[in-house]
Amino acid sequence: MKARRTTKALQYVALLGYMVFLGFPLVWMLSTSFKPPREMVEIHPTLVPHNPTFDNYVEAFTEQELGRAALNSLQVSLATAVLTVLVALPAAYALARFKTRLGTVALGWVLLSQLFPFVLLVIPLFLILRQVDLVNTHAGLVLVYVVWALPFALWMLQGFVRNIPRELEEAAAVDGATRLQTLRRVVAPLLAPGVVATSLFAFISAWNEFFFALVLLKSPDLATLPVTLARFVGVEGIARLGPLAAGSLLATVPSLLFFAFLQRRLTSGSLAGAVKG
Amino acid sequence: MLRKLVAVSAALLIGLSGCGGGGDEETSEGPVKLRFLSLAWQKESLAANRELVDKWNAEHPDIQVEYVQGDWNSVHDQLLTSFEGGDAPDVFQYESASIGEFAEQGYLADLSGLLSDDFKSEISQGIWDTVTVDGKVAGAPFLLESQVVIANKKLLDAAGVTVPAAGQAWTWDEFQANAQKLTKGGTYGVAWALKSPTNRVMNLSLNFDGKFFYTEGGKTEVKVGDAEKEIPRRIHDMIYVSKTASPDAVGMGGTDPLPGFFAGKYAMLPGGVFLRQQMVEQAPAGFEWVTLPPVKGTTANQAANPQTLSISEDSAGKKQAAQFVEYFLNPANQARLAQGDWLVPTGRKAGEELVKATGGKQGWDVAVASAADLTIAPFQTVSGYPEWKTKYATPALQQYFANKITLDQLGTQLVDGGKQVLR
Repeated sequence: MKARRTTKALQYVALLGYMVFLGFPLVWMLSTSFKPPREMVEIHPTLVPHNPTFDNYVEAFTEQELGRAALNSLQVSLATAVLTVLVALPAAYALARFKTRLGTVALGWVLLSQLFPFVLLVIPLFLILRQVDLVNTHAGLVLVYVVWALPFALWMLQGFVRNIPRELEEAAAVDGATRLQTLRRVVAPLLAPGVVATSLFAFISAWNEFFFALVLLKSPDLATLPVTLARFVGVEGIARLGPLAAGSLLATVPSLLFFAFLQRRLTSGSLAGAVKG
Repeated sequence: MLRKLVAVSAALLIGLSGCGGGGDEETSEGPVKLRFLSLAWQKESLAANRELVDKWNAEHPDIQVEYVQGDWNSVHDQLLTSFEGGDAPDVFQYESASIGEFAEQGYLADLSGLLSDDFKSEISQGIWDTVTVDGKVAGAPFLLESQVVIANKKLLDAAGVTVPAAGQAWTWDEFQANAQKLTKGGTYGVAWALKSPTNRVMNLSLNFDGKFFYTEGGKTEVKVGDAEKEIPRRIHDMIYVSKTASPDAVGMGGTDPLPGFFAGKYAMLPGGVFLRQQMVEQAPAGFEWVTLPPVKGTTANQAANPQTLSISEDSAGKKQAAQFVEYFLNPANQARLAQGDWLVPTGRKAGEELVKATGGKQGWDVAVASAADLTIAPFQTVSGYPEWKTKYATPALQQYFANKITLDQLGTQLVDGGKQVLR
């Protein structure tokens, strides 16, 4: 009994340690965003600023159009998330449910496509998008992000589909449901956590992506947040830490909100007992 | 659920289709349109860049410049992609050490015939040499960084060390002797931040005519003789023999020693002229600092790697772009840009204006005077230098400054690295 209690206590300590490890950079960024320049180079830095200031936020917003960049990022990331799920969903279902040789080849190809570094692809991509007038448009960037996110999204989703017992679909068919009804009423609700996880993955990868956005978007009006934030970093990696921390903190908020909004749906659907006699 | 997804995605696509940049189609009528990629990142420099572009646009309705903000860390990939894709900015900011490869590939316009003689005569030949590739001028040099020494004035006074005036630099022997005087009671005379030591060693080695790269009969090789060993040996001796330089600072980057410097742990901080900005913005109230002229050996020469404005070969308005470059870098504007970035202007008049405008305070007199000793160094013309630096020179110098290898072993590693890269 005592040993079990000690184990539990140690587990909580480990969990707490892990949470501090994960949360500390965010807390430090919050602290830095409120520090005046002099406090950033103190030999004994403090977590709580002595003279907190909003100057870094004012500077970040007046110098760079962070609001517009955030809106651009939000549009692009949402579109990427939705389109990725929309394309990956039927493909993942087909890959998981229909056993064909093509399916195995397709999955292998999907894995293989992950091996190409994007630096290798960016110039051909740029040329192709220019041919179809999609350079310097959010639509072009979304297209690239969707294609980029699809292989992994497909893998994720087909795993979720496989976890849904086939017997449930068969039972629905026995009860007279058409395939479409089965998909809508039986499969879709059970697949919701998978859809949420996949869309989160696509959203966050688009939200954080830097290089394609840098290369494909030329007009300042279209720039996304990562590209805009990079402007606070100068020669030889010397950064304007205050405005950068302020901007980065604000950049973190939307993805946190998006995650908070969807995380309740992320918990796996309860299948326990679904196929018991 | 699927229906909702379809509806949402359709709405997003319709929305996004209206978010295009509108393309860059050139029309035969209307003003010439130029895109200017700027790398300004300091607050004052950003403001100056934007204001100058706005002023140009107001004064030149027939040549309109679009200001595009870039950043130093990704500009190389951004330019490379846009050159390959045929969509490069008309005018862009970068640095002499990096534009050479673009010039060799034919991406840059030769500015020698595009810029006026008046403009060219403002800048010394040594600086023009740093942007000349195969006889063609690849960029207009406009901002320079020299290596100076920032010092804690109170500690200098307490040790009886006199601050030298601009143009009356200490020799290395004097610098080392003064570091000795300043080393006492937990304070080191100097903090050498040597996390990325190669460029600094290459730059300072010109003080003793240390070239490292020697070309004979079209073949370049690395040689490490007495001249090349002088700077590494002196720095190493300060850390491990006289113990006048802090061993803690060896692994630090350029601005990392600042907290220790402000706390009085180090009396002098060798570094780029831009360090003065950190002093102004971050030094605690009452902290007195001074800028000491660059230390000299047999000469005060240092390598110049000026920031540049280049024009793309594919630009449809090269002549107009050159007009813009000359306007943007006229003496008054250049002085303002230099002040905003805490760097030294290349133009003589711009330097004079800057000293006049600032009264020479905050080290501007020393900074501007140091420009006279900046010139091209052999390493700047060697195409394999970046690879040699990353793969061989930096690790070898880091080991030497960490006291893990001898000076002779350092020399051998640098020469062997050169053989690998410059085959």
